[in-house]
Amino acid sequence: MQPFLRPLWDSIRDLLPIILVIGFFQLVVLQQPIPEFGRILIGVLFVVLGLALFVRGLQMGLFPIGENMAHAFARKGSVLWLLAFAFALGFGTTIAEPALIAVGNEAARVAAAGGMIADTDESRQSYASGLRLTVALSVGCAIVIGVLRILKGWPIQYLIIGGYLGVVIMTMFAPPEIIGIAYDSGGVTTSTITVPLVTALGVGLASSIKGRNPMTDGFGLIAFASLTPMIFVMGYGMAI
Amino acid sequence: MNGHLQLILDTLGGTLRDVLPIAVVIFGFQLFVLRQRIPHLKQVLTGFVYVLIGLSLFLIGLQEALFPLGSLMAQQLTDPAFIFGAGKATATPQWHDYLWVYAFGAAVGFAAAIAEPALMAVSLKAHAVSGGAIGVLGLRVAVALGAAFGIVLGTFRLVTGTPLHYYIIAAYVIVIIQTLFAPRAIVPLAYDSGGVTTSTVTVPLVTALGLGLATQVPGRDPLLDGFGLIATTCLFPIISVMGYAQISEWRARRARHLP
Repeated sequence: MQPFLRPLWDSIRDLLPIILVIGFFQLVVLQQPIPEFGRILIGVLFVVLGLALFVRGLQMGLFPIGENMAHAFARKGSVLWLLAFAFALGFGTTIAEPALIAVGNEAARVAAAGGMIADTDESRQSYASGLRLTVALSVGCAIVIGVLRILKGWPIQYLIIGGYLGVVIMTMFAPPEIIGIAYDSGGVTTSTITVPLVTALGVGLASSIKGRNPMTDGFGLIAFASLTPMIFVMGYGMAI
Repeated sequence: MNGHLQLILDTLGGTLRDVLPIAVVIFGFQLFVLRQRIPHLKQVLTGFVYVLIGLSLFLIGLQEALFPLGSLMAQQLTDPAFIFGAGKATATPQWHDYLWVYAFGAAVGFAAAIAEPALMAVSLKAHAVSGGAIGVLGLRVAVALGAAFGIVLGTFRLVTGTPLHYYIIAAYVIVIIQTLFAPRAIVPLAYDSGGVTTSTVTVPLVTALGLGLATQVPGRDPLLDGFGLIATTCLFPIISVMGYAQISEWRARRARHLP
């Protein structure tokens, strides 16, 4: 039971500040009762329990293996396999990211209501999964670029500024309906699964390459992972 | 209860599809590229089942609680009867009438960022990298202030309906200028801190808040204006972290000059 309490507490701590803020606004500022309070309470319980189980499951299975592999590939010396693994890791973790699943579905609902796509279950489903595949593809590419950066020791600034330029240029051509969701998808991708595994890869790499400092060279993968989805999703918006 | 069970089973099916790719990646590389056996196979498989059930519960909880809460707050805070007082709701509210919306956004942004566990780890590392010049608490407050300001600016943009990319491009210019002057070791950390602030719990709530606001505020369209809050929330911590590092460095230098 003990190893399960820790993630449970963590997910309560994630949620608690938000609940307090909402509670304060409801009671002091708005002074209105929350409609369907019971249903929301059950939903909050589901969120806490679900997140705790999810994180515990990751810690038992995927995280130790993923971290081991990140270290193993960093030591193995084959750049091609390392890059293939980096891509697969970025792609795989993003597809399963809970926040992205939720936001993708919501984006499809809004797009259907706004007449951008047909308002059927099928077209919403395909829009949402298209969006997620695009983001996953872009995170895969981002991790590959980030790993190359660590290997070659490129300064991070130039790549980030280059990425910013890419975002600005794409914004000029992308349809206005996609810009908001494209910009948001950058922040959405980097949460529960992606951050720990990707950070393990970065720090593992930087500490096994001579002349690299894990403190300064190991970071920056997340930054790429939150930049490329913007560019790719705007491309997706232009394609559909 | 029966409806709930059906919902859980449906969501489980979808979740299995979502989690499969990462499982294939990990097991595939482990077995066929590294050619190693999977240690503690039983524990790993149990963990996998936990992930499936946990993710399903979480997604159901989002639909039942966090999304409705976000849109409910948006709806109540933009209600003309609340803004002008009951019975006096005659005029169309202007952008400066939405003060409570900005206050709520700032509170959510600050509270969520300050409690984010990933941020704790990042601040400890920044403290070590800077040789103690950057305080752990100071950095967390810097990120939280950045996130709060980001949400406020995002909601302001939403209410006024001005194009999102102007704000983002202006912030990019500030980030680039700061990068030139900030201490080198902090730069990658600062870039990462942007993505770290928005947790799995915050993202759905903030998304629902944005979509709710775009639905409620007169003249706004959810499709065009509803998204973008996450983007501004992620961007401004980069600025505030580099700013905080610059101020810390400046103060450390001045302290050395003035014995």
